Order: sequence, then C-alpha cells, then structure tokens
Amino acid sequence: MLHLRVAEPMRECEYSQISTRSSTPMETPYKKRTPKRRKWQAFPGRNKFYCNGRIMMARQTGVFYLTLVLILVTSGLFFAFDCPFLSMQITPAIPVIGGVLFVFVLGTLFRTSFSDPGVLPRATPDEAADLERQIDVANGSSSGYRPPPRTREVVINGQTVKLKYCFTCKIFRPPRASHCSLCDNCVERFDHHCPWVGNCVGKRNYRFFYMFILSLSFLTIFIFAFVITHVILRSHRYGFLNTLKDSPASVLEVVVCFFSVWSIVGLSGFHTYLISSNQTTNEDIKGSWSSKRGKGNYNPYSYGNIFTNCCAALCGPLPPSLIDRRGFVQLDTPQSIPPTNGITMYGSTQSQSHMAAATPLLQSEPVILTDEAFLPGRTSLGGPCSGALPLGGHPTPPTSTPNLSCDNDMLPLRNEQSDGLRHHHTDGGHHHFLTPEEAPSPPGMLPCGSPLGHSHTIQGFYNPASQDSLHEDSVRGLVKLSSV
Amino acid sequence: MATEFHNLQELRHSASLANKVFLQRDYSDGTTCRFQTKFPSELESRIERPLFEDTVKRLNTYYAEAEKMGGQSYLEGCLACATAYLIFLCMETRYEKVLKKIGRYIQEQNEKIYAPRGLLITDPIERGMRVIEISIYEDRGSSGSCSGSSSTSGSSAR
Repeated sequence: MLHLRVAEPMRECEYSQISTRSSTPMETPYKKRTPKRRKWQAFPGRNKFYCNGRIMMARQTGVFYLTLVLILVTSGLFFAFDCPFLSMQITPAIPVIGGVLFVFVLGTLFRTSFSDPGVLPRATPDEAADLERQIDVANGSSSGYRPPPRTREVVINGQTVKLKYCFTCKIFRPPRASHCSLCDNCVERFDHHCPWVGNCVGKRNYRFFYMFILSLSFLTIFIFAFVITHVILRSHRYGFLNTLKDSPASVLEVVVCFFSVWSIVGLSGFHTYLISSNQTTNEDIKGSWSSKRGKGNYNPYSYGNIFTNCCAALCGPLPPSLIDRRGFVQLDTPQSIPPTNGITMYGSTQSQSHMAAATPLLQSEPVILTDEAFLPGRTSLGGPCSGALPLGGHPTPPTSTPNLSCDNDMLPLRNEQSDGLRHHHTDGGHHHFLTPEEAPSPPGMLPCGSPLGHSHTIQGFYNPASQDSLHEDSVRGLVKLSSV
Repeated sequence: MATEFHNLQELRHSASLANKVFLQRDYSDGTTCRFQTKFPSELESRIERPLFEDTVKRLNTYYAEAEKMGGQSYLEGCLACATAYLIFLCMETRYEKVLKKIGRYIQEQNEKIYAPRGLLITDPIERGMRVIEISIYEDRGSSGSCSGSSSTSGSSAR
C-alpha cells in the first residue's frame, strides 16, 4: 500500500479511503497487486529466517546442527543406557536432575540461536544523506583520494571512546557495537559470532548464551561423573569387560564428555570473568580496556563491583528487537519537494511498527522502492513452520555474491584494527569469530544508491518479479562506481 | 481520535514534505538510550525552543525509565529466567510497556504541538533507536524553501 498509517496494520483498509485524494492512474492497479511482504523478507543482512520471521539465525548453520546432535545423542545415550542402572542402584533423582539440566540446556541453546542478537537496522536513505552532509561539512573539501577515517569521539565516564562509521549500515556505530561480517549486520554490544550456536552473540542474547554454556558445563560434568560411576559400579559386580559389552554407549559418552568438559568449562569460566568485569569478548581480545594500553585506561562501562556487573548482564531489562522482522514492509512515497542535499530522490522504506506513533504523511504518488543496493535475497521459507528446522538444502540467496563484492569494494584496506581480524580464540576447541572493523573506503562509495535511483524509477513500482532486474541494476551500478 | 486525524489529514492534504531533521543519539552516558537536546537550526523559525527541548527531555526520561536497572527489573529478569521466559507469552516486558507509553506520548505531542506547526516527529523505534526524525512540512502552494510560510501552513492546518 502506498499510504502511511498512523495506527496498526490491521486497520489499513479503513484509511485507504481517506488518504487517496489525488488518484493517479497507476494507483488503482497498484493497490490490487501489492503483495504483503514482511520485513524479514526484505532484510538486508545475511541471515536466515524461519517460521515466517520468528526464528533468526546466521547463514552457516552446519555447526549448530552438530552441537545439537552431540547434545541429543550424548544425553539420549545417557538416559537410555546409564540411567536405569543408576536410578536403581543409587537414586532415581539422577535421571530427574539430568532431565532438568538437559531441558534447560536445550531451551537456552534455542533461545540463543533463534533470537535477534541486537541487530541495528540500517539507516534510511534520508538519515544516510543527512550524516553524509554533516561529515562533508566537518571535513571540508575532500583533500586527496581518501578522506580521513570517519570517526566521532565521545567521552563516556571519563574515557574517550571512538565511534566508527559503518559503511555498510551507514550509521555511526554506538559504543560497543560491531559489524559482524559473517552476518553483515551491526550488532549492539557485540560479543562474538558463535558458529556453535549459529548466531551472533550480542546484547539481546548474551545472557542466554551464558546460561547455555553454564548449564552445558553442569550437564557435561554430570554425565561424565555418573557414567564413570556407572562403569565402576558395574565393573565391581560383573567385571570391566562385561560392563563394556553391556553398555558400549558409556565409552562414547565418556569420550565426548571428556573432550567437551575442558572447552565448555573453560569457556564458562572465561565468560564469567567477562561478565563480572562487564567486557565483551571483542573488547577483551583487543585489549581495549587493559591497563597495558595506558595508565589511565579503564573500562567505562563497568559498574565498579562484580555483583552489579553480573546483575546488569544477566537480569537487566531485555530490550526489544529493533528490526521488527514480522512487521509488514511499508512502501513510502518520494518527497515532492527535493531536499536541499538532493541525494534522496527516492523514497525511504518506512517501517511500520505495532505502536501507534505518527509517521510522516506524504502524498500518494508512484512508489519507488529503494534498497540501497542491498536487495533482499534470503531463503524465504514462507508458510508455517514445519515444526523442525530444515536440515540443509537451503537455496543460496542470489544476492550473496553481490553483497560480498560490494563489501570487497568497500573494504580495500585494513588499517588499525587488523589485529582483531579473524582472531581465532581457541579455548579448547570453541572458536570465536571476531569481525574485522570496517576500514574507511575511498570516496564515492557511499552514494552508490544515487545512480540506482534512476534505474529504480524506470522500473516503476515494487514488483517481486522485477526484483532480479533491480538487483542486476544495483550490481551494475556498484561495478560502475568501483571503477571510479 | 477524530481530532487527531483531522489535524494530520489536513496536514497531509495542505502540506508536502520539505525536509527532515535528525536528532542523533547522545552516547556521553554510555550505551543507554539518550538523544541530543541540541536545538536544530532548521526548526528555529518553526517551533519555540522550550517546547522542543521539553519534548526531547521527556523522551529521554522515558527511555531512562525503560532501561533503569533496579529492583523491579531484576525481579522481572529472575522471574522470567525461572519460568524459562515463557512468562513473556502472557505479559510484556517493562521495556515494551514504556515503549508503548512513548508511542502514545509522541502521538499526543504531534497532535497538540507539532502538527499545527507543520512538523511531525517519528517514533525512534521505527528508526532503530538511532535518531529522532522530525519531518518539516511546507504549504503546498509555497516555493521549496524551508523557512517562512510556517505561519500559513500552521493556520491552514488549524
């Protein structure tokens, strides 16, 4: 629909009569064939969505399934082979406690993997243009090929913090936010990208991640201890070899648990330290707040005592998701009077929220959809969730390559943050993928949307069938720019 | 409700979007949500400074209230953890409640103060809590300048 709403989407049809005053000939057919698209289908990041936008994960989910299989198989074998003996010989509380731990582990794992880690939505074209103008004013005329890196300094709690400009999302990143190159999103309070849970770990799911690894440590130690107990008790009665024959699964369980314990328990300890000092993995590895950097260097986000830090990280208020994945894409109309900067010739994709806030009301004119060259291309598994995650066989998003090429164009150099580049923090097998901070790019990269604006207008209205051609244009546009 | 739409509807029909002003976030207090209270120069001829600053300060207090870490939020967090977060299927978090309050406040401010002056505030949640977007409307008949004609658009909207 062309019209902007003041209230919920359900009352859309009510308002269409009021707002359509100047009916252009193109409006009526447009009204009929507008497909209802949800925002997750137009999401510019490299994420996968399931259950009509309710579940959000990273692109590579293979390792997540491995985690799931390991947990399920080990626990399953424990309950099947060891628990009957243990519940009879020692106490039936053992399978009960094991069951509770198992359920808790799975619950926190799913919560970590499926929720939005705190993704920052990308700037609308108007915002981006406004920021560009501010930066140009601040820098003066561009001297030479490369302008100075776009940073802003802010003093937080007596410590100077640099806010970097994200060229992909076109925003100045809030403090502690970082851009995950695997998911192609800026994430608030970015900790790390965890392939084991198949998602980034950020502000909104850090507590679930911590509870997951903590409960998994307990579960692993629990299973390990009781399987050993089982084997010992049985060996006393029937002999060691007979025990191995009767319960072969125990060997597998012991092996898995033995190797997991070191990594998982170590990781839990590490994150306990991080929580108590209110740091992220990203900051700790870069040594942002370490005293080695300077005498006056301290963590400005810490509350001073361990208890408050822990409470803040684990029991603090949970902010809602900013990306509103299940909302409907609201197509906006362009401004009838071009603004002074002249860049925003195309309309911005207004997002419709469930809250009754007033959105700018514009004329009903032909709609031009812009996506700033990051056209949607995710696996849109529409329809209700089948109840189980599809295992493999996802069609590769068609825009994955152009996304990468655009990124490559925008990140030709890596400067001061190269030490944070792909740092494999191996803690006994658990890999933290840290994202490289985006380096500044040559000028001319930012308004990559402007040549596309023309091609978009020619295309006309948003039409899913023409998406591919729009995508072609955007790629062509980018290629043209990169040759500048 | 009828009054609200009447004003905004009139705004829509008699005015067109001229410019947008963005109030950026103020990170001097850390990562908590605060917006800069600096009065933008484009609004100088449009709205009185105390009114504008009052709106922004009020929004900042609401956001601070949402993110406040006190006994109530800890209790909510622990209760949620104990019920495996299933409790949020029935009730909404304190943050969401405050966000709804903010939405209502912005709508009320738009109706009473901003729409009559040809301005419109967008709820920051729709912009990912990055900015407060203020749209400036011009009377349709006027030329594309930002300043001036504010009184005509304001009076026509009334």
